[in-house]
Amino acid sequence: MARLDTFPDGYRQHLLEVACPSFDETPFVPGPSLAERRVAIISTAGLYVRGDRPFTSIASDYRIVPGDVKANDLLMSHISVNYDRSGFQQDWNVVFPIDRLRELAERGQIGSVADFHYSFMGAVGPEQLEPSAGELAGLLRRDGVTAALLIPV
Amino acid sequence: MCTRAVGALGHYLERGGVPTTQISLIREHSERIRPPRALWVPFELGRPFGVPHDAAFQTRVLEAALRLLAAASGPVLADFPEDAPDVQADSGPWACPLPLPAPVPQEGDAGKLQQAFAREFAQLLPWYTLARQSRKRTTLGLSGLPPEEIGPFVARFLEDPLPSSPRDDLPLGAIFKLAAEDLKALYIEAVTAQPAGPTELARWFWNETHAGELLRALRTKLAQSDDPMLKLVANIALVPALLPP
Repeated sequence: MARLDTFPDGYRQHLLEVACPSFDETPFVPGPSLAERRVAIISTAGLYVRGDRPFTSIASDYRIVPGDVKANDLLMSHISVNYDRSGFQQDWNVVFPIDRLRELAERGQIGSVADFHYSFMGAVGPEQLEPSAGELAGLLRRDGVTAALLIPV
Repeated sequence: MCTRAVGALGHYLERGGVPTTQISLIREHSERIRPPRALWVPFELGRPFGVPHDAAFQTRVLEAALRLLAAASGPVLADFPEDAPDVQADSGPWACPLPLPAPVPQEGDAGKLQQAFAREFAQLLPWYTLARQSRKRTTLGLSGLPPEEIGPFVARFLEDPLPSSPRDDLPLGAIFKLAAEDLKALYIEAVTAQPAGPTELARWFWNETHAGELLRALRTKLAQSDDPMLKLVANIALVPALLPP
């Protein structure tokens, strides 16, 4: 459904014309085979753990989601109302596929699931994410993460 | 706009030495941003892994995204070959399974709308509680208000003067937005004991409930507010830009 040709004209045009950052080069970091990778989820769904602070403004900071988080404790506080939340409300794996990742780890398809995952709120201007993302890269490397799985809504 | 954000994050994290792969929901944005590795999926915005309660399908999406890590060079933008399963096609047209009375349009009468909404909310609340117990999970809790207080709190915004924020740490606009999202979640969680697609749920909530009518009325009212945050929430963060037909 997220095919632009299925959107009404005005909204499609809006999405096509929205400013996207451009990059002269695309960095490309090599890594081990998938069976040896340690995978962390980086969501932009405005997720946070019950008891932490919800996202209430368009900011570039992130929330930490521990790897042993329970489904009942993961909440979504995105600013936008222009996407479906009913999938997440019925099954968190639609947005945060942690159960599926744990299964891949149990089957040996990936090396392990990271101890910490992270969420931004994706309505923020993309360029504003650079400082937080640089900080996050350091945290991920210290956790031994060799695959960051980036998931939009 | 989240596809834009993950596209930029792919660049920034990889620059910081961390290999990335990502889901793209809007292919055109990924084509322009050129993140290191992206899997475009033809799903509804908000559903990057396609569909609830279909582990095999979700796993296929996940495996396809992770497989891109084996590429020798980039950027890589691949397409996921399957559409999300259509829940509706299997189970016929969806109708709200709860015995709510058909809403009567209140036609701009704020007091009548509040009363009709209060009755509807009271009828829905036990169904929400049942759904929460059987699911052992809820996504309510953004506002911190107990479920039974969410409806009355949001409906109070139809009156003047407006209520004050029940939380010291959040301005009125923020708590209103969070409570409105809690209200929507309460309705959707209450009625999704039976499988339903996103279009049917949106149509039901916005066209057939007093809660949908309440939020549309609040958009109109609070768009005139002197409180800049409430005004912003009313204008862009309360009712979808595209309402279902």
